[in-house]
Amino acid sequence: MTEVSVAKEDVAATGELVVLKSVNKHFGALHVLQDIDLTIARGEVVVVIGPSGSGKSTLCRTINRLETIDSGSITIDGKPLPAEGKELARLRADVGMVFQSFNLFAHKTVLENVMLGQIKVRKKDKKAAEDRARALLDRVGVGAQAEKYPAQLSGGQQQRVAIARALAMEPKVMLFDEPTSALDPEMINEVLEVMQQLARDGMTMIVVTHEMGFARSAANRVVFMADGRIVEEAAPDQFFSNPRSDRAKDFLSKILHH
Amino acid sequence: MFDFLSDYDDPTLLGAFWVTVQLTVLSAVGSLIWGTLLAAMRVSPVPLMRGFGTAYVNVVRNIPLTVIIVFTSLGLANIFGVTMGTEDLKDRAFRLAVLGLVAYTAAFVCEAIRSGINTVPVGQAEAARAIGLSFSQVLRLVVLPQAFRSVIGPLANVLIALTKNTTVAATIGVAEAALLMKEMIENEAQTLLIGAIFALGFVVLTLPTGLFLGWLSKRLAVKR
Repeated sequence: MTEVSVAKEDVAATGELVVLKSVNKHFGALHVLQDIDLTIARGEVVVVIGPSGSGKSTLCRTINRLETIDSGSITIDGKPLPAEGKELARLRADVGMVFQSFNLFAHKTVLENVMLGQIKVRKKDKKAAEDRARALLDRVGVGAQAEKYPAQLSGGQQQRVAIARALAMEPKVMLFDEPTSALDPEMINEVLEVMQQLARDGMTMIVVTHEMGFARSAANRVVFMADGRIVEEAAPDQFFSNPRSDRAKDFLSKILHH
Repeated sequence: MFDFLSDYDDPTLLGAFWVTVQLTVLSAVGSLIWGTLLAAMRVSPVPLMRGFGTAYVNVVRNIPLTVIIVFTSLGLANIFGVTMGTEDLKDRAFRLAVLGLVAYTAAFVCEAIRSGINTVPVGQAEAARAIGLSFSQVLRLVVLPQAFRSVIGPLANVLIALTKNTTVAATIGVAEAALLMKEMIENEAQTLLIGAIFALGFVVLTLPTGLFLGWLSKRLAVKR
């Protein structure tokens, strides 16, 4: 009982977890992120959508500094993103990341993939790491595949392992960079279900995706990006039924009419 | 026909090849370690290290091994007084030869490993950084293990070349196979036979190495 109420409090707890302030980034002449201001509260699920090349993946990757920014500031849980080094590694451990192409360590088994960070970064002993890894793999429904190598799994299974690997670090926030874009259609749902569950459990999530169904059902807020800018931010219902900007209307009309 | 072989007892034919094997194994271990460190430098984010790694490889691999080996003896030992921790001249020559072979071979090991690093998808390193591993952990735990597996074939080539390159140690008087061959050819009439014996000796050393590493590279290949 106590545990449940603690979890509930966590969900209810407010406060700014991720704050981006006038973030700018260029790729050569291309201004991919233009004056991005975005605040994500603890426990919030924010879905970032927009056309290809709008900068949404880049935005996601700047939050754990896989991409550096040219100006502006990013803070996580009150602390500004440190420069490359030990400090940054420590911060990255608190920010889970799930990639479009899964990126499971190809030379390690599924179980070892989920144990590696726990042992090397969190300094857990092997037994504790393995117990937690198996529990997480069961939770995402791939417990039976623990001894296999990533290449032996389907895309959907690999992505669920990748989610378990990120969760093993007990992150404060999870970043999803188009997690279902490389999947066959029939595998998309098994990954989305895991993400829905995570959202219900109160995980803070930033999700870049083209899955409008997920945005509708799981998001607290939809952020619409185009040409390196945040064009519109709204609750999902409002955004999908009554978008304010022309750019968003245009985008939605192209993807929702069938 | 082979009677003359019994005239040689310091070293014997087997003894000389044993020195060749020792030179090969010690230099292989040394150059694997030094070459891996060089490769790590060449991909490191620190410009100074990258510069050193690049300069080292480009200088050392373009100098003839003979020059390097002779330099260890005439330069390091005679001019700079490097004793390699021994007063025994035979031991010193052996150690200097290993030093020269390691310095030279590491440049090739480095380039083989670096090309292996380039076969590891960038997403592997990104995922490793994303769970909070440091640069050296990313390299040691994720990138290098995969890189090594993809370059066992090229490393086998380097190892075979190294085995044969140990013959250069004869120039500074290390009593390995090539020095004994030279001595035999000078003293005996059966030049062709002697050449054949030593050629066969090297094939016996290198052929199994190549076959074993070829098998290993198939077995350990990373499936993607």
